[in-house]
Amino acid sequence: MRRLSSWRAREARAGLLLVAPGLLLLALFLALPVVAALLLSLTDFDLYAIGDPSTARLVGLGNYARLLHDPVFWKALGNTFFFVLVGGPLTVSLSLGSALLLNHRLVRFPGLFRTVYFAPVVTTLVAVAAVWRYLYHPRFGLLNAALGLLGIGPVDWLGDPQWAMPAIVLMAAWKNFGANMIIFVAGLKAIPESLYEAARIDGAGPLQRFRSITVPLLAPTFLFVGLTTTIGYFQLFAEPYVLSGGEGGPMNATLSVALFMYKQGFRWWSIGSAASIAFVLFAVILAATLLQRRLQRGGDA
Amino acid sequence: MSRRALTSLALHAALVAGAVVTLAPLLWMLSASFMTTGEANASPPPLLPAKATLAQYRELFVRLDLGRSFVNSTVLALCAALLSVVVNAAAGYAFAKLRFPARGRLFTGLLAAMVIPGQVAMLPVFLLLRSMGLVNSFAGVILPGIASIFGIFLVRQFASSVPDELLDAARIDGAGELRIFWSIVLPLCRPILVTLGVLTFLGTWNDFMWPLIVLTDDAKWTLTVSLASLAGEHVQDTELMMAGAVVTVLPALLLFLFLQRSYIDGITAGSIKE
Repeated sequence: MRRLSSWRAREARAGLLLVAPGLLLLALFLALPVVAALLLSLTDFDLYAIGDPSTARLVGLGNYARLLHDPVFWKALGNTFFFVLVGGPLTVSLSLGSALLLNHRLVRFPGLFRTVYFAPVVTTLVAVAAVWRYLYHPRFGLLNAALGLLGIGPVDWLGDPQWAMPAIVLMAAWKNFGANMIIFVAGLKAIPESLYEAARIDGAGPLQRFRSITVPLLAPTFLFVGLTTTIGYFQLFAEPYVLSGGEGGPMNATLSVALFMYKQGFRWWSIGSAASIAFVLFAVILAATLLQRRLQRGGDA
Repeated sequence: MSRRALTSLALHAALVAGAVVTLAPLLWMLSASFMTTGEANASPPPLLPAKATLAQYRELFVRLDLGRSFVNSTVLALCAALLSVVVNAAAGYAFAKLRFPARGRLFTGLLAAMVIPGQVAMLPVFLLLRSMGLVNSFAGVILPGIASIFGIFLVRQFASSVPDELLDAARIDGAGELRIFWSIVLPLCRPILVTLGVLTFLGTWNDFMWPLIVLTDDAKWTLTVSLASLAGEHVQDTELMMAGAVVTVLPALLLFLFLQRSYIDGITAGSIKE
């Protein structure tokens, strides 16, 4: 009996010892900073306060109120929503489409195609953004050359405020669809082949089989993919940073909330204001997460 | 032609078209990196160099000293991967197999914290690193990212399958808990640790925002930061930029090709519900 309890104590000690480094790091670099960010967002912490924190003053919700009246912030929020609402569905449909193709039983070398489609995911964003910057070049770009063959006139992809955000969406879809595709393929593989066989015997056509077997059984995967894509896309930063030379131009057309926060915080050192931007972003992501979880629960019922 | 053959033809045509579009930007990057300066700036853009040259790569490594950034990125990614594997493996195993006070509550807390976007912590973390004197240091780049909730989950899921009998047998033989972790659990969890290591290595290698914020001295820059800076200064030098992009992308792609299995397992593991 004594031996057992001393074992238990040793186990508990070891458990605490093993989780300690991870949890301490998370406390230091995640939990504490989030609380600090909330406090900072209520102050006018700036460049001077970095040298002497006592110069920062509490401004209550002043930073948030100013954001609400800042047209640049609304522009950034609008751009980010555009990216999420247009880029998200585009990316997820490409992922699903390619997964369905790959998963077809007649396909030869599915592994090869999978690797090719997945390649953009592991590439370095900054590097491929530099590549796309030249693909989008109005005169020398490959994209306009290809469109020219189809008789479509040259588009100033990154210079025209109307086209700059769609250009970013297109690049992001290319870069990211492979990741979701892999998850969809895993989801599709988990659907038992016997269900399709049974439906075929019952005389169901391909479209009907897709609607009554694939769609409902893939729904959880779909929601997972939708959620992670949404969360990731709300944090849009490096794409517009590189494609617009760090500014979010032309005319703030590609300024995202995260880029706006970066500029406020790390370029102008308005840390209090930047912290409030970060929290608005957090709130938006949290709301989107809760909304999708609710949809999921509604779907399960 | 039978219907089956037609379907197969259409299917493969679509797959090949998709593959061409997917690879086109990467192939053009590679091709343009071997062109002479100014060659790519023509209309219509040339697909292949008239005469392949390594001049751009020479310029990058000899004059612009990109080799230093390459070394920086490699060292940072290796250190981050190693540390992350050890720290998250320890926590993941403990959450899976060891009973200790507040385990359940701590784990629920971690679950909840997963929704916090990284940007929220960035400003205070920067101020914290500054007070620790770690701004413009490699430690400042990797330290905040070592412990990862996702990594802890990944290991915890895998470690749950380690049989309790095995651990108890080791205890009866008189092995200490740390010894059990080090010489029994870690080897058993090797597949998931490789996955975690690859994911962390590539995540660090590809990361841009954080090294951009932390590293002020260009001798310490990573490849991504150097490349973004080059893109600002050498915006007209298409071929040079493409060579820089190749140098940055290629190691990540090669690592992925060699360790594809582990990488893809990691991505799909995150999607599987408990």
